[in-house]
Amino acid sequence: MSLLAVEDLCVSRGGLPVLEGLSFAVRAGEALVLRGPNGIGKTTLLRTLAGLQPPLAGRISMPPEAMAYAAHADGLKSTLTVAENLAFWAAVYATEDIEPALERMNLRGLRDRAAMSLSAGQKRRLGLARLLVTGRPVWVLDEPTVSLDAASVALFAEAVRGHLATGGAALIATHIDLGLTEARLLDLGPFKAPPPEAGGFKGQFDEAFL
Amino acid sequence: MIALLIRDLRLAVRAGGGFGLGLAFFLIVVTLVPFGVGPEGGVLARIASGILWLGALLACLLSLDRIFALDFEDGSLDLLATAPIPLEGVVTMKALAHWITTGLPLVVAAPVFGVLLHLPQGAYLWLIVALILGTPALSVLGTFGAALTVGLKRGGLLMSLLVLPLYVPTLIFGAELVRRGAAGMATQVPLMMLAGITAATIAIVPFASAAAIRVNLR
Repeated sequence: MSLLAVEDLCVSRGGLPVLEGLSFAVRAGEALVLRGPNGIGKTTLLRTLAGLQPPLAGRISMPPEAMAYAAHADGLKSTLTVAENLAFWAAVYATEDIEPALERMNLRGLRDRAAMSLSAGQKRRLGLARLLVTGRPVWVLDEPTVSLDAASVALFAEAVRGHLATGGAALIATHIDLGLTEARLLDLGPFKAPPPEAGGFKGQFDEAFL
Repeated sequence: MIALLIRDLRLAVRAGGGFGLGLAFFLIVVTLVPFGVGPEGGVLARIASGILWLGALLACLLSLDRIFALDFEDGSLDLLATAPIPLEGVVTMKALAHWITTGLPLVVAAPVFGVLLHLPQGAYLWLIVALILGTPALSVLGTFGAALTVGLKRGGLLMSLLVLPLYVPTLIFGAELVRRGAAGMATQVPLMMLAGITAATIAIVPFASAAAIRVNLR
């Protein structure tokens, strides 16, 4: 039983398709790592899966209320403390306890610091701790390890592993090796959509108005 | 959704949150008017209700672009859009937070500022009633302008152009209510119209704002 299945998906950026004919499935307890050069459409694909933009074609099937999305930006409020930032997202996702997440991401000593006084790596850890308080089974992560040091990457890999062990699934776009040996790799290169001048999809003129 | 409201209010009172900005702007507008038109009580009393409404409107406009722009910049808006709260609810809570930090202080301060403009005696009650009924519409309509311009750099001017025409009915009936109240005339019609405009705005605009945000996040 797959938590997330994608069939013949075509995603577009700026009205032009970037990836097409994409099909994959992620089962519970499984991690899928997306690879591909810059501009191939990893972020576009993840935003489409998160429901922030509609696909041009194809089907995405996922149980409702299953996904937690983490983008490039962490969505932190700089004048709120670490605990307040996390407690807000916990309240939004109707889970109450932020302590395990603080513990797992090694943020306990920073809990009363304002987010603006954190380093880039600490902010990223806080952003990833947000995933732990969502209680959602499918994690969709866009470059989760940017600005993390080796120890924090290991911490993050451990958190992902713990999530998979409890029946979760993860879809991760990344360039570096996370040390998740059990993760499957998916190279997006073969799914690159041909540019319009090479006979590809021309895009819709009314895209900007819909 | 309550968590979002609490977060926004907390952000507003923390450093750089902009709480009181609108109020200070309102005060300055009101104090500048007597310098501009002369200090004669008769002239000021006649234009006081209009000036107070204009001041409230501009003070409200001042803080509108912050409603979604800050959340857009730090990525919270993407995350809120994927969170289990409907975007319409997010918009409504944002509008409520904006009203509490901008509209409500104006309602409370307006009678005091009315004194500076020689507002006629009988008009104070009506001024408060008009602002209580009218300012929520300003905040809710403001979310629509803010939502339309959310991804734009320096969208503030464009947003003002989009939003100010939408404020016209509220301004007309709000100022009319105060004027009639001050003159001791029947106030039922502008009162009903003002309340009706606000009710319709609150009912309809959050859906439009949420749709605009969805388009802008693509």
